[in-house]
Amino acid sequence: MGRTLAEKVWDAHVVRRAEDEPDLLYIDLHLVHEVTSPQAFDGLRAAGRPVRRPDLTLATEDHNVPTFDIDKPIADPISRAQVEALRVNAAEFGVPIYSLGDAEQGIVHVVGPQLGLTQPGMTVVCGDSHTSTHGAFGALAFGIGTSEVEHVLATQTLPLKPFKTMAIEIDGPLPAGVTAKDVILRVIAEIGTGGGQGYVLEYRGEAIRALSMEARMTVCNMSIEAGARAGLIAPDQTTFDYLEGRDRAPQGEEWDAAVAYWRTLVTDDDAEFDTVVTIDAATLSPFVTWGTNPGQGVPLSASVPSPADYADEQDRTGAERALEYMGLTAGTPMKDIPVDTVFIGSCTNGRIEDLRAAAQVLDGRKVADSVTALVVPGSVRVRLAAEAEGLDKVFEAAGAQWRNAGCSMCLAMNADKVAPGQRSASTSNRNFEGRQGPGSRTHLVSPQVAAATAVVGRLASPADLAPVGA
Amino acid sequence: MDKFTVHTGRALPLRRSNVDTDQIIPAEYLKRITRHGFEDALFAAWRQDPTFVLNDPAYEGVSILVAGPDFGTGSSREHAVWALQDYGFRVVLSSRFADIFRGNSGKGGLLTAVVDQPVVEALWDRIDADPATEVTVDLEAREVRAGDLVAPFEVDDYIRWRLLEGLDDIGLTLQHEADITAFEASRPAFTPTTR
Repeated sequence: MGRTLAEKVWDAHVVRRAEDEPDLLYIDLHLVHEVTSPQAFDGLRAAGRPVRRPDLTLATEDHNVPTFDIDKPIADPISRAQVEALRVNAAEFGVPIYSLGDAEQGIVHVVGPQLGLTQPGMTVVCGDSHTSTHGAFGALAFGIGTSEVEHVLATQTLPLKPFKTMAIEIDGPLPAGVTAKDVILRVIAEIGTGGGQGYVLEYRGEAIRALSMEARMTVCNMSIEAGARAGLIAPDQTTFDYLEGRDRAPQGEEWDAAVAYWRTLVTDDDAEFDTVVTIDAATLSPFVTWGTNPGQGVPLSASVPSPADYADEQDRTGAERALEYMGLTAGTPMKDIPVDTVFIGSCTNGRIEDLRAAAQVLDGRKVADSVTALVVPGSVRVRLAAEAEGLDKVFEAAGAQWRNAGCSMCLAMNADKVAPGQRSASTSNRNFEGRQGPGSRTHLVSPQVAAATAVVGRLASPADLAPVGA
Repeated sequence: MDKFTVHTGRALPLRRSNVDTDQIIPAEYLKRITRHGFEDALFAAWRQDPTFVLNDPAYEGVSILVAGPDFGTGSSREHAVWALQDYGFRVVLSSRFADIFRGNSGKGGLLTAVVDQPVVEALWDRIDADPATEVTVDLEAREVRAGDLVAPFEVDDYIRWRLLEGLDDIGLTLQHEADITAFEASRPAFTPTTR
């Protein structure tokens, strides 16, 4: 019987297989950041172990770096200590690092792909659950905990139990105005936050094939929000075109050899998935969350659901609790919900195409007086590319703040926070209680919806806006 | 890692589903660079509410957490495991755990035991009725017991073995270093490096 893409990548990395034991898998790329690594490096130090392959390891500072005054020492002493610990660890163990101020610094999941380090068929790990982003290249990429970070640093391998496979088929072309973010929010609402547990998801179908690499990254990024450790998309010409010529992509004869191999990385016609979920693309529309987990979403054109709509008791009590936390009443049209803060950025939607899409909506318009809008590029490269295109001027003319690269308000470990009780429309990936700051209320949206919401002051899509100049 | 065979203790009924790792430990506590001392961070936002179950003096000294489905969703932060352990928890019982959280727990020696939701609810009711109820989690027998309630639980075989033996994963893997070296020699020349 044929194999799925994920199984092919897995099989190509088995270092050791023994009965009743997990497979020992080789890791091609280990990305490291300041939050989940200090205790791992301490563990190595205590055991007197080196980093086995510093040349397959890359560190970047992203989770709690400031997005303004980055030329000054980090104001928060605890954040500063953590970032400094990463620098000391990287130097001591010989791990390359892109520090704050470096031209390559940025969010770990933006940096890897833009350098061309993330390639089809690789295994990629990072102590961050959004490592699933790299699956967009047909890589098997997943988040790990700090003990596993230490394990990979020491051995460049991980013992892993086999996973199940799930196909997510998005049939037909996406309707106009529907983005990758809307696709993945709908998928999560459909299968639930636990629906992907134990699975690797493979996104397939006409709508997925038509997506750009950056849009594919948005989709794969949020696989974890459906409970799946990894999500991937078979590499194709779009993938190869994106990679060709990038700094760390193969060149010359090696490029040809690589592409020949990458072309084999597709699910065989006779392979069987353990589960198949099919969604008709024609039924997709701009999608937003109303609750406190990413599965609690509805079309933007719909209303806040009622807990009574849920048959399962845990879902019902969860919905009741979410409505209370979010300060929402069942039956309220989503487009009537006023928003105080708009955040455009993160490893989900902080790439150049995301910023272009938001800028296109904001061009010639103004952010509502009641709204604070923050635009945070995913990396220094994204920031410079946006500035070269004049996007920063568009954002600033509209009244949005243009910041430096980092995770920022996605998880509010730096100074960028949503105030208690305030409501945000955010292009990030999690609407958990307090995620964007204590007491914050988050609605997950696409960059287009975020920008339109900033203008209207309530949740809105670009189609709801009056034409510029009208 | 300490060996885990049988644990008996009092339990905390956490009647919530989708308890994500941002609730178990909010991000602001992740800036610490040590591996211990996270007990104050556990459920930090929820503990500000005086009626939150963990603030009930009747549950002082609990060591078993009984939670709703989809416990530990979200971030990969292993700090969530450390916060639970630092507070004194040895076991979490739920009908469904998020994958990364479950893996992290196994590494750190926190037992995540999967029981059916009706068992969770039966335990909730018993503990609510009498917070002094003693619950026994027997990893050898894969069984949870509380009074006349006896229920099986699921745990990954390999994690169970490691917990029972108290084994360190890295040490186990390094026994196969020759296999790793041999694999490295076979990797294609086009795979990238970071420097």
